[in-house]
Amino acid sequence: MSTTVTLRIDGRNVTVEKFSTILDAARTLEIPIPTLCHHPDLVPYGGCRLCLVEIKGAPRPVASCTTFVKDGLEVTTSSPRLERLRKTTLELILSDHPRDCMTCERAGDCKLQELAYFYGIRDPRFEGERRIYRTKDKNPCIARDMEKCILCGLCVRVCDEIQGVAAIDFAYRGFRTMVTPPFERELDCEFCGQCVAVCPTGALTGAMWAQKGRQDMRDVETICPYCGCGCTLTLHIRRNEVIRVSSRRETLNEGWLCAKGRFGYEFIHRTDRLKKPLVRIVPKSEAAALVKSGWSHERAASFFREVSWDDALDLVAARLGEIKERHGSDAIGGISSARCTNEENYLFQKFIRGAIGTNNVDHCARY
Amino acid sequence: MSKEVLITVCTGTGGIASGGEDVLAAFREALSSAGITASCRERCRVQRVGCKGFCSQDVLVDVAVNGAITTYRKVRPDMVARIVSEHIVAGMPVAEWVVDGSYHAFHEKQKKVVLSHCGVIDPEEIQSYRAVGGYGAAERAVLSMTPEEIIAVIKRSRLRGRGGGGFPTGLKWELCARHTADTKYVVCNGNESDPGAFMDTSLMEGDPHSVIEGMIICAKAVGSHRGYIYTKAEYALAVKRLNRAIEHCYAAGFLGKGIFGSDFDFDVEVFPAPGAFVCGEATALLRSLEGKRGMPSAKIWRTAEKGLWNKPTVLNNVETFANIPKIIEKGSQWFSRLGTERSGGTKVFSLSGKVRNTGLIEVPIGTTLREIIFDIGGGIEGGKACKGVHIGGPTGGCIPAARFDMEVDYESLAQAGSMMGSGGMVVLDETSCIVDTTRFFVGVIQGESCGKCAPCRIGTKRMLEILERIAGGRAKEGDLELLEELAHSIRETSLCGLGMTAPNPVLSTLRYFRDEYEEHIRRKRCRAAVCKALLTYSVVESACTGCGACKRVCPADAIRGTRKKPHRIDANLCVRCGTCLDACKFNAIMKV
Ligand SMILES: Cc1cc2nc3c(=O)[nH]c(=O)nc-3n(C[C@H](O)[C@H](O)[C@H](O)COP(=O)(O)O)c2cc1C
Ligand code: SF4
Ligand code: SF4
Ligand code: SF4
Ligand code: SF4
Ligand code: FES
Repeated sequence: MSTTVTLRIDGRNVTVEKFSTILDAARTLEIPIPTLCHHPDLVPYGGCRLCLVEIKGAPRPVASCTTFVKDGLEVTTSSPRLERLRKTTLELILSDHPRDCMTCERAGDCKLQELAYFYGIRDPRFEGERRIYRTKDKNPCIARDMEKCILCGLCVRVCDEIQGVAAIDFAYRGFRTMVTPPFERELDCEFCGQCVAVCPTGALTGAMWAQKGRQDMRDVETICPYCGCGCTLTLHIRRNEVIRVSSRRETLNEGWLCAKGRFGYEFIHRTDRLKKPLVRIVPKSEAAALVKSGWSHERAASFFREVSWDDALDLVAARLGEIKERHGSDAIGGISSARCTNEENYLFQKFIRGAIGTNNVDHCARY
Repeated sequence: MSKEVLITVCTGTGGIASGGEDVLAAFREALSSAGITASCRERCRVQRVGCKGFCSQDVLVDVAVNGAITTYRKVRPDMVARIVSEHIVAGMPVAEWVVDGSYHAFHEKQKKVVLSHCGVIDPEEIQSYRAVGGYGAAERAVLSMTPEEIIAVIKRSRLRGRGGGGFPTGLKWELCARHTADTKYVVCNGNESDPGAFMDTSLMEGDPHSVIEGMIICAKAVGSHRGYIYTKAEYALAVKRLNRAIEHCYAAGFLGKGIFGSDFDFDVEVFPAPGAFVCGEATALLRSLEGKRGMPSAKIWRTAEKGLWNKPTVLNNVETFANIPKIIEKGSQWFSRLGTERSGGTKVFSLSGKVRNTGLIEVPIGTTLREIIFDIGGGIEGGKACKGVHIGGPTGGCIPAARFDMEVDYESLAQAGSMMGSGGMVVLDETSCIVDTTRFFVGVIQGESCGKCAPCRIGTKRMLEILERIAGGRAKEGDLELLEELAHSIRETSLCGLGMTAPNPVLSTLRYFRDEYEEHIRRKRCRAAVCKALLTYSVVESACTGCGACKRVCPADAIRGTRKKPHRIDANLCVRCGTCLDACKFNAIMKV
């Protein structure tokens, strides 16, 4: 049996793998179809109803994101009828959405705003009740503004399908349907921010993004310093300050990050951050006594002196040599870190075993 | 005395609500008390039965003396002693309590196939079902029929799904039988949640074994060893009776390992569901059965191929399954001849609203609406004019009285802008306002939308708001056109059957009763005098005696007048509560 399927989209032939969706096929031809609830890494959903297309012979339009291709299908992705239906659906979504783009963190990076722009919708024809929710989360990572939620379900699915946490789900029915943690409590989860990354609107944003700027950002790719996984980060920098962190889907980590990589970037601009090696000048026992007698941490910084890397390494080499001479190799032990790469960890145990001459070496994930 | 007496008391949900259990206990007590000879007592049996259909007359009691059946209506426990002493002991039925002609007219045009045992047998005892031939069909299917034979019989019977979609049942089974898999499931859809519908519930309560027997036959046909009955936990009586029936089946060897002495295994379990209208939708039901939120999903795969836990699954409605044993027993030809060209058998409807005889009815498919509403239903109470009938649950549509000669089947209803749905029929008369009833149904739909897709979640809300504006006298020119466009859009774009059919009540009434909408918008008038905001209460001066009764009860202090002089209602103060109308003894208050 053939593993490919050939169909016609907007008059062009395309051959794709069996079990591709019409949306996949259209995208290989770079035909734009509007979507709000689709994500290539998640199970097809079919909620926003914007990706509707017409199939010759079918009575109703079908959602291209949840319809498999078939040999010989003739698909139309845009027609006056389809555009009218899409526009009406968008108007419905916007009729239950705060008109907040001026102050919204996502403006400029919002899929809903962009579609409203393309369809020229300023005043939706439908007026009526709008959902009102109070925002009340206190966590430092994720800000939820559920009035802006369009219930695309991307956050719910990413949390379940990718992160395996399922910290949030739908609750209630009808117009009152909402995405929420259990019992409408505060969000209390891993704070990986996968949901923030996939949210097409300003419903989920980084709490630290607030009022840090939306324009004139410069993107810098780097590697996350936190662990050996080495996820690729994109730092969004404005006036030499990192104001957001994200990650592209084309990276090794496929765009997914953890709480530290995504939200743990504030240390970069802290003034008390260690930037050079320090060497102790007040002995440990004396220092402890001084702290006990009421010395502040700022003053305690004076127990140390900044030195160059060469000086610091010379000191460590000399002291280790002394200890080894006087007490033997087994008096020394080494603990390494999961934040180092495999290569660094390999070198570390090699150093302890080879240079120091002991097997006293371990690591938080065990050697 | 050598009488043979059988007393059957209706203990369906309706019967119980009217006191059926108390009546049952009263009969048992009366018969065991003094004054009844021992020989009579021995030959007297009192039995609980399921719904007899004619719920407006509950509690219904049949007293059969030597096979001659007398039916009593609206029986209360305090009436039991007289029935026992005069009828059973003395042999003289209590004429004034016996049902009248309407009871017989109600039954005459019906054809009871699925409901044939309902209201006749004791649903809590398997023997009672066995005595009417129960499990004979399943035994035959399991022991001496091949799956192909069973499927061929069902296909020839032209049985179509009674859950509303009308998919040919035989074909559905064949599609599932075709797939090879280590596990397959048979699932019964007993979610019935339309307001006013109680067909499936009455079946599960009144004849639970027929549903189980249908499932056994299906299991054999498709090669499944595990079945679930999905019904709402709040249908406590149905859950109880199904569980009891299942227990009896295990004891009798009709369920479990090697049923009927064959090497075929089949287990059945009841799943008491959380209860949402949308959970009746096939994909939502299966998700819910898996323990997830009951939200419909796009039918990327057929249920027959990947259903429950991604295994081939047959999902059928309660009434569909209950038909199966009868078809196996009496043959496909007998069944197909009952119905029409395209659809065999009968259909159960629940008849409610402004019709004289409300209750559960069963008619051959193809019966006209006129026969159902006027012959069986007895027409409209008080001789008022019939406006139409809303068929198919909240997402069904309204068919005007002018089209009552239409034969009821899946296609004719769909063409008329309604649908079979689960078979709820709500009759409307001239005192029903079309805008108001539509608003009611759209309100139900909006509250039951699962929220997954935007057109249904927000669109039904906006439809409801427009209808509220029309009913409230706040509609603008253009609202009707907007409503209509929105309805078409929701129908074309929604994901599941709920959203696709949600516009039915709006579109069908716009089609047949547009003038009533326009009257609300342009003339601010509700001809049925239902929409509160459009009503004016006034005093008919010639009838008013000036007694002041209205003035005393008006909560808004809107009525002025001196004693013995005609009073007046200040329209600006009136809150249109109607209290004065009820208080006036001289019919001097008018509502238009
Ligand atoms: C919103 C919605 C609610 C439904 N509710 C029910 C129900 O309560 N009972 C039922 O049997 N079918 C219901 N259905 C139809 C089922 O999806 C399905 O078609 C049916 O159970 C299949 O069985 P059948 O072929 O025997 O009719 C519903 C469908 C929709 C779209
Ligand atoms: S979520 Fe998008 S559309 Fe909504 S306010 Fe923010 S930017 Fe505007
Ligand atoms: S932050 Fe991560 S764990 Fe928390 S809800 Fe979002 S995806 Fe789920
Ligand atoms: S919070 Fe964002 S991702 Fe989640 S459902 Fe709402 S709009 Fe979609
Ligand atoms: S049409 Fe309505 S009920 Fe069906 S999936 Fe969409 S929102 Fe849910
Ligand atoms: S992208 Fe297909 S329905 Fe949302």
